[in-house]
Amino acid sequence: MDSLTIKGIREGLKGRRFSAKELSDFYFKKIEKEDSELGCYLELAKETALNQADKIDNLISEGLDIPSLAGVPVAVKDNILVEGLKSTASSFMLKNYISPYDASCVKRIKEEGAVVLGKTNLDEFAMGSSTENSAFKTTKNPKDKSRVPGGSSGGSAAAVSAGLCCCALGSDTGGSIRQPASFCGVFGLKPTYGAVSRYGLIAFASSLDQIGPLAKNAEDAKILFNAIKGKDKKDSTSIEMEENGEIDFKKLKIGIPKEYFGSEAKKGIEREVVSAIESAIKKIEDMGGRVEEISLPNTKYALSVYYMVSTCEASCNLARYDGIKYGLSEKGENLSEVYFNTRAKGFGAEVKRRIMLGTFALSSGYYDAYYLKSQKVRTGIKEDFEKSFKKVDAIFTPVSPTVAFKIGEKTQDPLSMYLSDIFTISANLAGIPALSVPLKTKGLPVGLQILGNYFEESKLFQIAKLLE
Amino acid sequence: MKVENIAKLARIGLLKEETEKLEKELSSILDYFNVLKKANSKKDPTFHPSEKFIGNVFREDIPSGESPERVENIISLFPDKEGRHIKVKAILNG
Repeated sequence: MDSLTIKGIREGLKGRRFSAKELSDFYFKKIEKEDSELGCYLELAKETALNQADKIDNLISEGLDIPSLAGVPVAVKDNILVEGLKSTASSFMLKNYISPYDASCVKRIKEEGAVVLGKTNLDEFAMGSSTENSAFKTTKNPKDKSRVPGGSSGGSAAAVSAGLCCCALGSDTGGSIRQPASFCGVFGLKPTYGAVSRYGLIAFASSLDQIGPLAKNAEDAKILFNAIKGKDKKDSTSIEMEENGEIDFKKLKIGIPKEYFGSEAKKGIEREVVSAIESAIKKIEDMGGRVEEISLPNTKYALSVYYMVSTCEASCNLARYDGIKYGLSEKGENLSEVYFNTRAKGFGAEVKRRIMLGTFALSSGYYDAYYLKSQKVRTGIKEDFEKSFKKVDAIFTPVSPTVAFKIGEKTQDPLSMYLSDIFTISANLAGIPALSVPLKTKGLPVGLQILGNYFEESKLFQIAKLLE
Repeated sequence: MKVENIAKLARIGLLKEETEKLEKELSSILDYFNVLKKANSKKDPTFHPSEKFIGNVFREDIPSGESPERVENIISLFPDKEGRHIKVKAILNG
């Protein structure tokens, strides 16, 4: 049952081989048995899940049509609000915060019949690449329990990989869906900026954040994405996107950016990653696709631009955690002390580091040199992609220069942790969609990143299917 | 960069050890960011990647009509309240 896809669940329910309730029960039993070791979940939602499953079973017993995600057990990253459940964003600051409403994407999947199993672990406020920055626990990689699952959506990726849910929702600010998907051997999509409403997502960096699906195969990722995408009047950046057409595979053209995967760049990438990506490229060539080297010359600035923009935006977004309206509230002699004490105790080391960096870069005298300069350079990064997509249909790169690293390996050196995002951050800066596709390897999972033009998610899914 | 000053601006209380650690870490991160100095900065800034898809979005300034239950959910999250109001320490002389 834990290997069932969305389609398989639909057929099973319609053919009455199992009920939605039996399916949910199965997953909760598996979670109880296996999650104490893996640590994917922070909270389970048994009661509401079983209620939802009952509703689906009633529809089926009455012979009525069932919606697209009927009975599908979904895990939700703990920075996305599910009414009545806690949303901690893995921070002490929100340890007891109970979501007063559903995020728009959660509302949509519930309307499509999905069964929310629970909330998954992440790096605090989605800041990190390993889930080691969670205030509560470190999730383990199901493929090798001495290693990290990646981050920040590490709990969601590990839960899909270990079969502790059918599929999951995550959020991606600089690679937080794709890198854990790559480390855990599952599919993960960072949609086009604006494709999915962020209403009910605990904000980290508002010009970069996107919610997206993690799944066992390309088709499931597509079904889940279709359920959550579209205009939402509660998020003014959301857009109704048009379906884009079929790819003509005979004319398919893939670009390989030399700054990511040229002979010089390959020296900085682990051998098993290089060979897996090369096999994927060869597969496309064998199928008649054309592959050509392209250049994204502003890539060298991407990591600096990303950490400038994201920390500046984070320092503003996280100003709301002041001990007044909700969340942790520490005592103080006066208002100012309430602020300082609450934020001292509520935030972990990485969150403090990023708020400090962002506050510095936005402070008087530094704004032009750091923040404004970054946003100007960001335009160059975006134009590199726009030019490339006039020549090629999609771009291939590795998701990460390494396979999953050991727990504890990078926690002492923030810069080395930041460097693990080097291939994923540009998509967020430019706002383009990017899909992480797990490749066959002899050892640990390796993810291929397929980058596409704005709103061309369906092309990415079609190319991914070719490689499955 | 004076970590203590920045911490004041960010309203974060820091212990002495934290301040010392942040001084080292932030200076090595900022050194890395020096690469930006060489970059071309004649282009217009991109504050938002979707600027070309959507402009400003306006709406009437009227309540959206959330359910009373949701309003109560939000009120129940206040750390300190008097009736249905958030209670805050005096902001003057504070």
